[in-house]
Amino acid sequence: MNEPTTLPDGLMAEVADLMVAALNLDIAAGEIDPDAPLFGEGLGLDSIDILEVALAVSKQYGFQLRSDDEDNVRIFASLRSLAGHVAQHRIK
Amino acid sequence: MKPRRIALTSHARPDDVLAWRAAGAVTRNQFLAEVEMLARSLPAGDYLLNTCEDRYRFMVGWSAALVAGKISLLPASQSVETLRQLQASYPGLFCLHDGKGALAELPQLRYPEMPAVADADAVAVPGIETDRVAVILFTSGSTGLPVAQAKTWGALVSNGRAGAARLGFLDERSPSFTIVGTVPAQHSYGFESTILLTLHGGCALWHGRPFYPADIADALAAVPRPRLLVSTPFHLRALLDSQIDVPATDMMLSATAPLSAELARAAEARLGGTLVEIYGCTEAGQLASRRTSLTSRWTLLQDIGFDQQDGITFACGGHVEGRQRLGDVIELGDDGTFLLHGRHADVINIAGKRTSLAYLNHQLGAVAGVEDGCFFMPDDGSDESVTRLAAFVVAPTLTPRQLLDALRGRLDPIFLPRPLVFLPRLPRNATGKLPRATLAALLDRHAKDAS
Repeated sequence: MNEPTTLPDGLMAEVADLMVAALNLDIAAGEIDPDAPLFGEGLGLDSIDILEVALAVSKQYGFQLRSDDEDNVRIFASLRSLAGHVAQHRIK
Repeated sequence: MKPRRIALTSHARPDDVLAWRAAGAVTRNQFLAEVEMLARSLPAGDYLLNTCEDRYRFMVGWSAALVAGKISLLPASQSVETLRQLQASYPGLFCLHDGKGALAELPQLRYPEMPAVADADAVAVPGIETDRVAVILFTSGSTGLPVAQAKTWGALVSNGRAGAARLGFLDERSPSFTIVGTVPAQHSYGFESTILLTLHGGCALWHGRPFYPADIADALAAVPRPRLLVSTPFHLRALLDSQIDVPATDMMLSATAPLSAELARAAEARLGGTLVEIYGCTEAGQLASRRTSLTSRWTLLQDIGFDQQDGITFACGGHVEGRQRLGDVIELGDDGTFLLHGRHADVINIAGKRTSLAYLNHQLGAVAGVEDGCFFMPDDGSDESVTRLAAFVVAPTLTPRQLLDALRGRLDPIFLPRPLVFLPRLPRNATGKLPRATLAALLDRHAKDAS
């Protein structure tokens, strides 16, 4: 699948804000490294967090996430990949 | 005397459906043939760690181990540290997986491709001795070592039947429900309410484990009615919040965290079925249920009894082996029903994973460079959002990242502290204790500073 190489202006920051708000993270949105892993040694998110973010994404951008295994891992690989997925699938 | 045996499954007819996969129904005899095939290809070790994410494969793997005389281990966490301890305590441990192997260096067997069963008519249902240990579940002990909870095959069958009886499934007029589970088969509640309800409660199970609301709706749509959704308050809230269309669901189960009457009513209104909440714990299994939309009082499952001593409640009878101490504050009514008043202070339960503050503090203190530290569980906000642990720590030589990395090897990710607050010293009182109110105030102050 082709990832858009450039994201719409401000989308990455918007998704970062959404994550910080949805998860009540102890970090400012601007401090999230766009390319650091969201799971494990990066932000340390777990599956509960992923579901919270998915819910917030579906409300704000109007599309549902689905577990197509590999895809899912790729979507939540980093802030950049999540924002890229949102850019591709958003309907609002 | 010949030991008593009970069949692997109570499904009586060869063509009874035990599972649904994307390709369609799996009959009892197809299932039994696959169990037999897998049992023959298991390695020599006595203990099996079954990490299969596909629920049907988990059930085949678990059954194959049982038939082959092996014991399945279901640890509460699959952290490297936990698996290392298990490996030391259970020599010959091997891992059956269907994609991701275990983190530790265990002998691994990937779930094999099964050839289609040509003639499954002649397959016999294996009988298992009731006093055989069939599974070992683990709870986290306060010393840092997992505590093993061995269950015999006889107790598991009673457990499954008690749950099935409560839901009306043992009534011969009851249709066979198909289970869609959002909880892992490896967790006590998921194991009882999906695997045991299938093997000994007359149900069939959907092979997948849907995660997102859209996945849950898809899985429900893929199976015939009547449907049973085995889930948690957290998944149910996400499903209702998502505003997507959910296929008619005849019954829902919820456990792992308290469910509000409001969410229970909303779920019943939206999905159309009745929602039954289950109360239990890993040591004792499921113990009671309630129709949360109608009552706050819990009713014990068949043959289970409670007794109390000094404010502590113990469960015994039925499928409970011995007398099990419960971690909750319980008010018994005259009619045998009861109310739950939360957990005893030391017990931590986040999204259905349980541990104790003592265990967490022990793990924190064991990290090199930590001079002092403690975990703190803030008061719950709303009951369907997940409250996270905080931790206060004195560790002048460590960065937050280094400490989190060290904890990640020791704890399930769900217990990692958020926030992790570094302090020059902890506000211990004259007796060296850390009063809850002091820690709560400290956390408040940290939250204000951060914002």
